[in-house]
Parts: sequence; structure tokens; C-alpha cells
Amino acid sequence: MTPAEFEFLKKFLKERSGLVLSNDKQYLVESRLLPIARTSKLETLSNLIGTLQKGMNKKLETDVVEAMTTNESFFFRDKTPFEHFNDTMLPALLESRARTKTIKIWCAAASTGQEPYSLGICIKEAQAKLGGWRTRMLGTDLSNEVLDKARAGLYSQFEVQRGLPIQVLLKYFEQKGDLWQINASLRAMVEWKKLNLLENFSHLGEFDVIFCRNVLIYFDQPTKSEILGRLAKLLPEDGFLVLGAAETVVGLTDAFKPVPGKRGLFQRKVADKAKPAAPASRLAVAGGLAR
Amino acid sequence: MKQCLVVDDSSVIRKVARRILEDMNFGITEAEDGQQALDECRKTMPDAILLDWNMPVMDGLEFLTSLRGEEGGEKPVVVFCTTENDVAHIARAIRAGANEYIMKPFDREIVEAKFQEVGLI
Repeated sequence: MTPAEFEFLKKFLKERSGLVLSNDKQYLVESRLLPIARTSKLETLSNLIGTLQKGMNKKLETDVVEAMTTNESFFFRDKTPFEHFNDTMLPALLESRARTKTIKIWCAAASTGQEPYSLGICIKEAQAKLGGWRTRMLGTDLSNEVLDKARAGLYSQFEVQRGLPIQVLLKYFEQKGDLWQINASLRAMVEWKKLNLLENFSHLGEFDVIFCRNVLIYFDQPTKSEILGRLAKLLPEDGFLVLGAAETVVGLTDAFKPVPGKRGLFQRKVADKAKPAAPASRLAVAGGLAR
Repeated sequence: MKQCLVVDDSSVIRKVARRILEDMNFGITEAEDGQQALDECRKTMPDAILLDWNMPVMDGLEFLTSLRGEEGGEKPVVVFCTTENDVAHIARAIRAGANEYIMKPFDREIVEAKFQEVGLI
């Protein structure tokens, strides 16, 4: 792959998916795209990029975007967000949504489904408190291929051994030959849709909880800010946003503030309506004098 | 340092497991079958036991049942590590007192994930 070819690929991926490919990601390109070059009989990355440049092969374009944007995923990945869900979000929503008895969750980078299903397991485990409640879960991803896998809910023996306690495996999965399938009741909890976060998603409506982990890291600063701004519009004041452990909103948006002591958990930042009038006007006067 | 007893009749598996567990800061003792493992436990009760199922002399399930009946035998965290990967076997192991269950083939990540699951690391 020549520098010019790598540059083309960078530009192509940025336009199609928002993915920012840094120069140290050559190995990633090779490991993800060589298999595609081979299966489409192009054999080399140079041929593959040459074909992309001609812009005549839509299927190849989709395959390349999907291969480059797919993340590895585990059940209960990073653990903490799911503890926050059980200990902070669920109790708060049980109170604030007591009238409608409905909780709506969106996993915005659902990948192969482990995250929505992990949340589904949390909900099933909390069933005693959630009797008579409806939970609606939406899982979206850029890639059709991973969504097909998510929908099927079929995982290899390796995949079910990372993050899932054996008791949970026995309780919520069925063995299908060499694979394990998440049970029908959990599969029915999640609706799957293909969605690119760069495009408008306001039609999805409001959610109480949005999981958007480890996807913004692929975008540049302005794109991150813009997506966070649009996410805020789908989240009510008492809703929750969950980002990846290494992600933050600092310097990106005024729409969210971190929940103190809860890493990766954010809520909408709302102008404090209860602020007493007097100190505010004193401040204004002080400001005026200083000028 | 926590002690882990690795029980497997295959020396290759014992070696692989030892390497992974030593990197996780465990002190390792080895046994080739359930009887040897039981003798080891009677000398010193380990913190953790990585346990194969199919072994000569005494198999893993038989060992686990005996262990849980011994004085202090409720203490070690027992993680099965076996090619027996069907629901019936897993359920039997849990009923006999296994804390976790690894289906072979395994790698470093799986051992770490499972040991974390039961609070060993």
C-alpha cells in the first residue's frame, strides 16, 4: 500500500463513516481489508483501493466500511457501566418513570449484540422490581453484517466465556451445536436497525438511557461534538448517557455533565432554574463595576 | 501470594495453565489426577483449583465431591477446565460445588475473565 493509497483510504472512510484513520493504523487496514481483497478476487490492497477509486463497486465499498468500523465486543464489557445501570440508572428510572412504567434504551453502537443482551440480562435479573413494566431496547450499528449476528444471538464458545459467569450462561443461553444462542425471550427484547451516527437520527424518538460506548473515539472533535449535541436532543433531563471508560464530554459539548463518582456516566446539563435571584443580580452589579 | 492447584493429566495443559497463572501472580502446585489433588489439598488447602474432568484414578467430579466434604474443603475456589462442554455436564459440576467453568480450548483471556468473575483477581 503506497502513501497515496493510504491517504485515499483515509479520506474514503472519513466521508463514508466518519472514521478517522490515524497513520499508525496500517496494520489494522491490512488485517481487516486483506481478507476482503482475497474473497473479492482482488488479491492485494492496491487492487482493492484501485477498485474503490473507480467508484463502481458499491458492495465492495460497503464491505470495506463495515470491516473497518467493527469493534470487538464482550458480554458485560468493562463491567462498570452495567453496575451503574443496576445501581444508579434503574433505581432512578423506577422512580421517575413510575407513571408510564416504560423504559427505553438505545445502544447506539450495538455491534454484534453483546451490549444490548447484557443489559437485557440486567433487566431480567431485576424482574422482581420491574413487574408490569415495559422495556424497549433498540440496537443500532453501521454494519449489516454485525447486526445479522446480533439478531441471531449466536456466539462461539470463546465469546461466551469472556464476561459471562457460567451461571448466567446456563440461565440465558441454549446450546446449538458448537455455538450458544441467547434465549428467545431475550432476543425478543431488542429491536435492531442499521444506522449511521453521522446521519440524522431524530426520528428514533426519546430514550431514557443511551449507551454510546467506544464509537466517538473514531471521530474527530467537531464530529464528536455534533453527535453529542444530537444525542442530547433525544435524552430527557433525567435520562442517562453512557460513554466508554476512556471517553469524556469535556471540551466537546455543554449539553452533558458527568455524574459525580460514576465513570462513563453522564446526564444532560440543564440551566439551574432554582438559582436564587439576589446573588445573581449582585454578581451582575459587581461585573458592571469592574467594567 | 495466592496458591492455585492445577489438576490435569496432560502435562502440556498443566504447563500452559501454569504459565498463565504465574503471570497472574499465583503460586502453582500440580496434580495429575483427582487422588493426587486430594492428597495435595490435605497437605495444604490452596486458594484456587483449576480442575480437569476426565482423568485416570479419580476424575474431577469425584475429586470435587470429596473435597467439599473435607475439613476446610469448602474454602478453595474451584474452576473446572474441561472439554466437556454440554449443559448437562456444566450443571452437574455446579451442583457438586464448582464456582466457575472453563470449556476447553481456553486462552489467557478466558482464564483471566473467569478468575476475575469469582473474585480471585
